[in-house]
Amino acid sequence: MDLGQINPLLLLASLMVAATPILLAAIGEAVVEKSGVLNLGVEGMMITGAVVGFAIGVTTGAPSIGFVAAAVAGAALSMLFGVLVLYLKSNQVATGLGLTLFGLGLSALIGKPYEGIKAPTMAKWEIPLLSDIPVLGPIMFRHDPMVYVSLIIVALTWYVLTRTRAGLILRGVGENHNAAHALGYKVIRVRLMAIAFGGACAGMGGAYISLVRVPQWVEGMTAGAGWIALAIVVFASWRPWRVLLGAYLFGGISVLQLNLQAAGVPIPVEILAMSPYIITILVLVVISLRGNHGAPGSLGREFHATH
Amino acid sequence: MTGDLRQSDALMTLEGLTKAYPGVLANDQVSFSLLPGEVHALLGENGAGKSTLVKMIYGLVKPDAGQMSLNGEEFTPVNPAAARAAGVAMVFQHFSLFDALSVAENIALGMDNPPSTRELASRIRDVSQAYGLPLDPDRIVGDLSAGERQRVEIIRCLLQNPKLLIMDEPTSVLTPQEVEILFETLRKLTSEGTSILYISHKLEEIRSLCEHATILRHGVVVDTCDPREKSARELAELMVGDKLHVPSRDPAEPGDVALSLSSVSMPSPSEFGTDLRNVSLEVRKGEVLGIGGVAGNGQDELLAVMSGEARAQDGSITLAGEEINTLSPGARRARGLLTAPEERLGHSAAPEMSLIENALLTGSVREKLVDRGFLRWSKTEKFARRIIEAFDVRTPGPDNAAGSLSGGNLQKFVIGREVLQDPDVLVVNQPTWGVDAAAAASIRQSLLDLAHKGAAVIVISQDLDELMEISDRFTALNEGRLARPVPMQGLSVEEIGLMMGGSEADEVAA
Repeated sequence: MDLGQINPLLLLASLMVAATPILLAAIGEAVVEKSGVLNLGVEGMMITGAVVGFAIGVTTGAPSIGFVAAAVAGAALSMLFGVLVLYLKSNQVATGLGLTLFGLGLSALIGKPYEGIKAPTMAKWEIPLLSDIPVLGPIMFRHDPMVYVSLIIVALTWYVLTRTRAGLILRGVGENHNAAHALGYKVIRVRLMAIAFGGACAGMGGAYISLVRVPQWVEGMTAGAGWIALAIVVFASWRPWRVLLGAYLFGGISVLQLNLQAAGVPIPVEILAMSPYIITILVLVVISLRGNHGAPGSLGREFHATH
Repeated sequence: MTGDLRQSDALMTLEGLTKAYPGVLANDQVSFSLLPGEVHALLGENGAGKSTLVKMIYGLVKPDAGQMSLNGEEFTPVNPAAARAAGVAMVFQHFSLFDALSVAENIALGMDNPPSTRELASRIRDVSQAYGLPLDPDRIVGDLSAGERQRVEIIRCLLQNPKLLIMDEPTSVLTPQEVEILFETLRKLTSEGTSILYISHKLEEIRSLCEHATILRHGVVVDTCDPREKSARELAELMVGDKLHVPSRDPAEPGDVALSLSSVSMPSPSEFGTDLRNVSLEVRKGEVLGIGGVAGNGQDELLAVMSGEARAQDGSITLAGEEINTLSPGARRARGLLTAPEERLGHSAAPEMSLIENALLTGSVREKLVDRGFLRWSKTEKFARRIIEAFDVRTPGPDNAAGSLSGGNLQKFVIGREVLQDPDVLVVNQPTWGVDAAAAASIRQSLLDLAHKGAAVIVISQDLDELMEISDRFTALNEGRLARPVPMQGLSVEEIGLMMGGSEADEVAA
């Protein structure tokens, strides 16, 4: 056992990379659920984003175009869910599960020709001045742009949800869709936009795995990240900054336990491997023990405009 | 006042408004006009088309034919925002509030161009002071009482200086004192020139508040009158188009104690619920015990603890001398304690299931509809048909889904289902909520008949007129505490109101 070989700076830096896919997917899903829709298809949208982002990134040689394509693909797939659930009134849980299965199959089909290829690397952005700060600089300010993009999305989501009228309407629709409808708000339109946002975020999260983290295409490579994102949204009480905390906690412990395994710590591998899940859930449960849990009042309920 | 005179200086005129839904003509050639500063009542039974009519005025529903005009100009609101911009505001029957949001956020959602949060908060304080409706803009709506929640709705409307305020059953959840405050606010508004279109089933209130009434029956205007010149009974008969049957019974001596609760306490199972605290009551055979109180003071919890859906944490519940606190709802039914909760769709009946299946759900034990684990459908169907016949439930047949029935008809079915099982004790919560006068009278009569046959009946209701009509003894719930029951006879509305506010009857008298 050699704990000395674990470099804390490297560990913290790789934590942000490990957490970004889940963070992106979870913040998108948080917005979807705040509007009152439960989309269990996050995994399917992530893996579709992963394969589309990878294919476009490889073809064009530009990862940034790959991310845009992944966002579009995720949003497009989520619109399929949106139309089924909002217009055809299908069951949200069943449709979401179906979307995941569909995404996994579709991505395997699209991805066949791209197996074994390496993705073009994404240049790191070393933020001037800030990246020269000792300790903090290498941890926080020498990453690829998507890490910063994901943080900006979290901040913007928080700002829009809590400080703007658009966010208030979205929360109102999720809290009581009948009341929102009676006041004249377009419940279905608001939810469709939220679902599209959630799909785009999940798509980018998936593409981050195939373009940056791994970086190549392997069938089924999201490996449950979408489900983790879903759990984090609930345990984070639908709050953007807690989503960030949950995602970074999970990412951090995932990286740490790999390092501990490599260092030969005398803890059974199984326990180390399950630790990120258990610790994330425990911490977020303890945080949410007190106070209002904030599950949107209309979450998962079917909306019929009553005229 | 002649029609022509009313029309010439009217604030709003409706002419020939018609709206059809598949199979129903909800409104047929409805015409009337509203004067500035007038409180205008819209009367009618359930399904008479009142809600459709006000939804057309508020821009939620588009009329098939007919015109509206506001201040002499054509008025065709495409959505509620357009109606609000033209000066029409509406307070809904079921509060259109968002529980998890603050008062200020709720009000902002009901406005089209809300000012900044801070300015809005100060305007809410100003308006609430001016109209005597104190309200803290930062509180979460889910924590407010029913009366306070209604203030939120009213202030949301007042902030937009409406010319016409539509109120759909505003007083159904208020105490008499709160109703008085509301009426004062409304009178103040009309003195400033605002017109009010007022929908209510409470005819006495309409007589004291409204100057003009339009009566709808099956979507058609059948009459107009000045409600101050009519008795409540005459108004009801105008609505029904028939003589009204008033529930009655012969007084009977109460028998032995059938059900008793002593010092029952229970934390509420729901987040925004009310805990029961030290509740004691006794109900005797042949007696109707009325439990009043404003919604959200523990009514649902009290029913749950008696039905067996929730267990009391402390205290004991005895049925004919036997302790039943640990028994399940099914076991309690078998022993003769039946209940009908308030929420028709989803609690006392399963909306997607047929009336036959719904009859089975609570009748299986006492009517022996299950034989060694197998359902006896033909017997169940007979039971369902018996309910439909005995309680005049208007439905094409017992195969129809419960959710397809109108509120009044489903309520008759739900009450009938329990009454026909011949209970020893029947507990009902809001038996005539949102039910029209004729159906309500028949439901009340069936409860009285049941008591006359020797059953003990507990009626939890927010409708004081109902409780005064059928109860032998009265008590009230306030914040989960139950006042000591007192005889209904000779109790004044003021005393009842104070009991609902948490005072004991003898303190009130003293």
